[in-house]
Amino acid sequence: MKAAINTMVLILISVVAFSQGMYYTKTGKVSFYSKAPLEDIEAKNRTATSVLNITTGQVEVSIPMKGFEFEKALMQEHFNENYVESDKFPKASFKGIINDLSKTDLSVNGKYTATIDGKLTLHGETRYITTPVTFTNENGSIRAVAEFTVALEDYKISVPSIVKDKIGKDVKILIEFNYEGLKH
Amino acid sequence: MATTIRAQDGDLLKNLDSEPPKEFVTNAFKSSRVIMGHSMEMIGAGVLDFRILHRFGPTDQGIYDLFGLDQASMRIGFDYGLNKDLTIGFGRSTLGKEFDGFIKYRVVQQSKGINSFPFSIIFAVGSTVSTLKNFDSVKKSFESRVAYYYQGIIGRKFNSRLSLQVSPILLYRNFVEADDKNATLSLGFGGRYKLSKRVAFVLDYFMNVNGFPKEKFENPLSVGVDIETGGHVFQLHFSNAAGMNERAFIAGTTGSWGKGELRFGFNLSRVFTIKKRPSTN
Repeated sequence: MKAAINTMVLILISVVAFSQGMYYTKTGKVSFYSKAPLEDIEAKNRTATSVLNITTGQVEVSIPMKGFEFEKALMQEHFNENYVESDKFPKASFKGIINDLSKTDLSVNGKYTATIDGKLTLHGETRYITTPVTFTNENGSIRAVAEFTVALEDYKISVPSIVKDKIGKDVKILIEFNYEGLKH
Repeated sequence: MATTIRAQDGDLLKNLDSEPPKEFVTNAFKSSRVIMGHSMEMIGAGVLDFRILHRFGPTDQGIYDLFGLDQASMRIGFDYGLNKDLTIGFGRSTLGKEFDGFIKYRVVQQSKGINSFPFSIIFAVGSTVSTLKNFDSVKKSFESRVAYYYQGIIGRKFNSRLSLQVSPILLYRNFVEADDKNATLSLGFGGRYKLSKRVAFVLDYFMNVNGFPKEKFENPLSVGVDIETGGHVFQLHFSNAAGMNERAFIAGTTGSWGKGELRFGFNLSRVFTIKKRPSTN
């Protein structure tokens, strides 16, 4: 009986510890910019979901591709239909880990700069990326901001030759996530 | 408290309830017309669609007329998307010197996820006016030159390639020949099958249910391809219809597929973004 209670207590403690280490967002903002000679291309998405485990440093992100909003309806159509093929590849995802976690204790208020290594899957293609991320813990909510560049070619996003000069080869991606503690 | 939290590698996201959010189904057709008739597709808010339509002569006239290319009739038109569910448009055809205008409203848009709906439902109301000098020697009133149509469109994008729609249409012509009826009911069927990212096969058919004499008029059937090149959509097709508005192609088609009385034609659509979507910052 005593052993059973001990086990129960242990389980409870571990669960509590784990929940405290987990943070999430369902309204993560992902924007991208592409400078091009003819016109700049820009889109925003506020529907990314992500979970961050500050005890292990693991991060996962899922981005619904149809959630990207463009100023021009036609650009949005072309993005979904011709470039990222959203019907075939509805989500982009990222799985990564924070490097040097010992220097980044996200449970304490403050601003931290770290790098994240991980796998980015986009348009059905997976590539390893490394990006610096700035984390800010302000009274229990964690803000993460990152900016990195992807080359369209790496993800087999093909640009037809007639518009090749009009569309940039690289796309700058900006991530702004506000994580809240995950309670169960 | 009893909920166990799994945090093994690779399934962190499973900790979140993943109810898929409602998502509207878009891009069922490349163009706002299947070929002749309205499609379930809307052109988008603040978008101006400049449309140039050509219908050539009968191909069965042979090489002397270069298979009909010597004779062209055209419609020039503008559609404008007031919002994502409401489009207005007008145009003018050389055939019958006819003006036409319409309002097209999407009541429901097909969606996926929670509270989804499997179809798009659209209503279109339009009118045509012939401005021919000698429209009719007996009835000279303006009213006699006018026709109206009321159309419902029920469509579904089944997958990224296949979209189908049914579109009953009631056409009312104020003036008709003695052996004809003012009101004509026709059942439209439209479909597209995408062959590649930028090319699709399209089919447009109207089955006239009642109304005008069947021995004189044919049901308009058009088949073709949509080719999208950036801001342009080219719709190239063969049809037995010469008309480019609802009155003209439903109640004015005399060519017969059976007898090979076909015409080549194309719709050229060029969209311009007039009003940009407000930035969502």
